[in-house]
This record gives sequence, structure tokens and C-alpha cells, in this order.
Amino acid sequence: MKWTVLGLLAVLALLGSVMLGPAAVPLTQLAHSDIVWNLRAPRAVLAFLVGGSLGVAGAGLQALVRNPLADPFLLGLSGGAGLGAVSAIALHVSGPWALPIAAFAGALAALGLVYRLGLIGGAALDPRILLLGGVAIGAFAAAITTAIVALADAAELRNAFLWLWGGLSGASWDAVLLVALYAPIPLAVLLAAARPLDLLALGEESAGYLGADVEAVKRRVYLAASLLTAAAVAVSGVIGFVGLVVPHIARLTWGHRHRALLPAAFLGGGALLAFADTLARTVVAPRELPVGVVTALIGVPVFAFLLRRWTVA
Amino acid sequence: MNLHLENVRYRYPGASHDALTDVSLSVGLGEFHAVLGPNGSGKTTLVRIALGALPPHVGRADIDRRPASAWSRQDLAKLVGVVPQREDNLFPQRVRETVLLGRYAHLSLWGRERLEDHAAVDRALAACDVRQLADRWLWTLSGGEYQRVRVARALAQEPKLLVLDEPGMSLDLKHEMELFELVRGLVERQGLGVLMITHDLNLAARFADSLLLLEGGRPIASGAPADVLTQQTVEAVFSWPVAMQTIDGRPQMIPLRKPKESRA
Repeated sequence: MKWTVLGLLAVLALLGSVMLGPAAVPLTQLAHSDIVWNLRAPRAVLAFLVGGSLGVAGAGLQALVRNPLADPFLLGLSGGAGLGAVSAIALHVSGPWALPIAAFAGALAALGLVYRLGLIGGAALDPRILLLGGVAIGAFAAAITTAIVALADAAELRNAFLWLWGGLSGASWDAVLLVALYAPIPLAVLLAAARPLDLLALGEESAGYLGADVEAVKRRVYLAASLLTAAAVAVSGVIGFVGLVVPHIARLTWGHRHRALLPAAFLGGGALLAFADTLARTVVAPRELPVGVVTALIGVPVFAFLLRRWTVA
Repeated sequence: MNLHLENVRYRYPGASHDALTDVSLSVGLGEFHAVLGPNGSGKTTLVRIALGALPPHVGRADIDRRPASAWSRQDLAKLVGVVPQREDNLFPQRVRETVLLGRYAHLSLWGRERLEDHAAVDRALAACDVRQLADRWLWTLSGGEYQRVRVARALAQEPKLLVLDEPGMSLDLKHEMELFELVRGLVERQGLGVLMITHDLNLAARFADSLLLLEGGRPIASGAPADVLTQQTVEAVFSWPVAMQTIDGRPQMIPLRKPKESRA
């Protein structure tokens, strides 16, 4: 029943995203419309894939760092991606893929630094240091980004910021294809770690005694979730709250078993982002809101409601 | 099938003293061994080495004649069930769910829990007398019920050996006695080998077949309870005057008040 509802929501979000938009396309013309095929459809599918990836990455990271407030972007990746994008613009690197590639490279650099910091105590990956290191690296990257912005020509950097704060407006079938080829690998790694993640909730020592290879699980989950997030930021910028709120909503309905939770977070995250993106490009049409603004406007009240539930319970 | 420590020596990185020196211990099927000692005497280090979480610097730590640290965690979990001193509960769980986690080592990567997994969970719940709690949330349980559930999770692993680290901590008299009776029953009825770390000298002497007394990482005495728990040994190790009595043929220790003139 709840899977049916979630599946319907996902289909509705995708259909709505294809059917709605500033240009009125009659229902009978949908299948033959260039606007639908070349603009709305790839954008809807990309929003769904990115939202789903962020939902799964968030659920995995929250279990890994044992902190329900963990968001995929908390681990320094948004700062790294931002620095990458701004650097590319400041250095006048051009080309259609310059920004995504620069952002992806920046996110990967941040990922590598944070991972290295997490191993600082020896061979065991320390999730607490991952969290602290992520915040620190993110702040450091943001400081450098601000310095570049302060020194460079502001007009062209405005584009970098707009791009960074969410936008699926650059969506194309090429981007969809890239994500569709790339994302299944880290998604499968996370899904394969579902049972060990259940054990990890008992603590690392107990998880090991129950048969989990704890160090391998921690590394895989961190790397897979971060690689998903880095790809998401490269094709759509920083989209907050999907990775934070969706796993919690999924937990309220599906419980804490990651075998059900992760697929639910994928469908839920996909549906939410497709829906948010439809709003982002229709409510102030012909202008567009950054989709990150919409997810935050939806996500923050939901999150406040969740916080209240926890503190009351 | 046994758990075997031979002349084990271990020092934590950066420490100035050995945490364990020359410790030997062998736990076979159908045997109940208890490890005793004051705080910081190396009891928990001994468990970590016995389970392969730490490799001994000198000596051997074998399980089933293979070095404990050479076992994959998954294979080891099918042989040895562990009830650690502490664990977290990051997310709320029901009793049956948490006991089902004990089946992890038996499951394939993508497969679902099979009938035999649920049967093993039912047997474990019954053996620990917690079947009636199966649908309760963990956080609604009393301390004694919670410990029995954790033993049930270890039993769901269908192990040959059971290792318990201070299972009686913070339990009242009845629940602590019930827990020791449960463990003794598992040794006798299911032929499990048990290694238990405990502070409770008297219960260890009543229930275990063999004791190992540690002080500062060194073995002070080992063997049958009557040989280990003598007035002289206990007073020397715990630095406190005691009197000894015998109940059911087992030594029991009663701590004495200090003589009046030396009280502060």
C-alpha cells in the first residue's frame, strides 16, 4: 500500500513536471512537442535522478556519521564544488561542460581531503572527524571562494552563484544519460551496504561481532554517498534539504531497515525534486526560482515539524 | 572447537605497561569460564584479543585452531556470539527486529531472511524466555529484559561459543540471578562454551566451572572456583579484607568493614 502510494506520487511528479510549464502545450500535442521532448522531459528525469540520489546519499550518511542532522552537503562537498565553479569562471575556462566539470572536480577534491582527515587517527575511518572535517573543509573552500569573488569581476560571478544554488535549467538528455550511467554504481554499493548499516546503528563494536566488516562498510558508504552527491552538484548545483528531510520522512513510514529505507528515499527524493522543480519554473514564470530555494522553502517547515515531533516524543 | 589463548602479551600503542602479560585460557564446548579482576586489570582487552579485534604481540589467540584475527568477521559471527558491555540504539527498534540482526552472518548479500532465519529467532527468543516481549520496543524493556534480549540476539547467530562482557552490570538481584541461570542453562542444555567477564566474584564462583583472576594484566590464579577464590588471593588482589564461606560447595566472599581504629 505505502509502496503503491509512493510509486503513484513519483509518477505524478514526473507527469506534472512534463505537462506543466510557462508554455501551454495542449494535452494532445504533448507527445509531439519539442518543448516537452527537449526541455521538460530531460529536466523532469534529471530532477528525479538527482533527487533520488540525494535522498539515498543522505540516508546512508546519516547512518554512517550516526547523526540524524547529516546532509550530503554537510561534508564539505558544496564548498568544494562552489570553489571549483567560481575558479573556472575566474580563470575564464569556457565550454558547455566547463562549470559542471569544474564543480565535480572541486567536490572530488573536498571529498578526498575530508576522507583523508577522517583517517587521521589511524587506519579506522572516524565518522565524527568526517563530520567535523567536512564542515571545516566546506568553510575553508567558502572562504577562498569569497576571496576570489571579492577580487574578480562581479558580473560574471553572479552566474556562478546562480548556477551553484540550484538549477536544473541546464538539463539535457546528455546530462540525463551521464547521470543514468554513473549513479547506479554508487546506488548499488549503498544498497548492498543496507544490512551492515542496520548493524552499524548498534555501534561499531557490536556490528563487528554480528559479522559486519565495519571498516569496509564505512569507507564504501562514505565514498558512494559522496560520489553521488558530487555528481548531483555537478549537474544541478547545491540542492539542500532533499538529502536531509527525505530520509527522515522515509524513516517515519518505512522504519529503520535500510533495505526498504534506501529505495523509499530514492523514490521520495526523486518525486520531491521533480515536484519542486516544476514549482520553481512555473510560480514566477517566465522567470525561474532556483530549485534549491523551493526545496528549502518546502523542506524547512517540514523539518521544523519533524524536530518538534522528536522533542515532544 | 574451542577458544584458546596461550601466553598472550599485549600493550596498547603508546602505553608504558603491558595491558596483558602471559595470559593463557582455553574455553571448550560445554564449559563456563569466568574472568575476574579489579577495574583496569585487562579483562576487556582479553576479550578483544580472544575475538581477534586486537592481535597479541606475543603468544597465540586461536579460535578453532585458527588465529582469531585471521577469521572474517562474518565467519566468526557464525561461531561466536558476543554480548558486549555497551551498545547504542541509534534508531528505535522492536525486540524481534533486533534479534533478527543476529542472523546477519547467515544471510546472503541480496537474499531475504528465510524461514530458517525466523525459526532461529523464535528458538533464541524462547531460550531466553523473551518470546512474550517480541513485539515490544527496546526502550520499554527493563534492564534485565534488555540483557536477555541481547543474549537472544547472540543465540540467533547459532554460535558454538558465547562471550559476555559484564552482562550483570546495573541489574538487580533477581534479574542478575536469572541471567546467570540462563547462561548456565545454555551451557548445560545446548553445550555452548561460555566466556564471561564479570565483577561479581560470588556469582562467578557459583555458576562457572573455571575462573581466571587477573590483576594489572597478569594472571594471579586460575582453575576451579575453590582453588582461585581463597581469602589470601582475594584480599591481595582487591586490597580489602574479606571472609570466606562455602555455599553449594562453592566459595563465597563477604567483604569486611575495616577495623574501627583505621576508619577515617
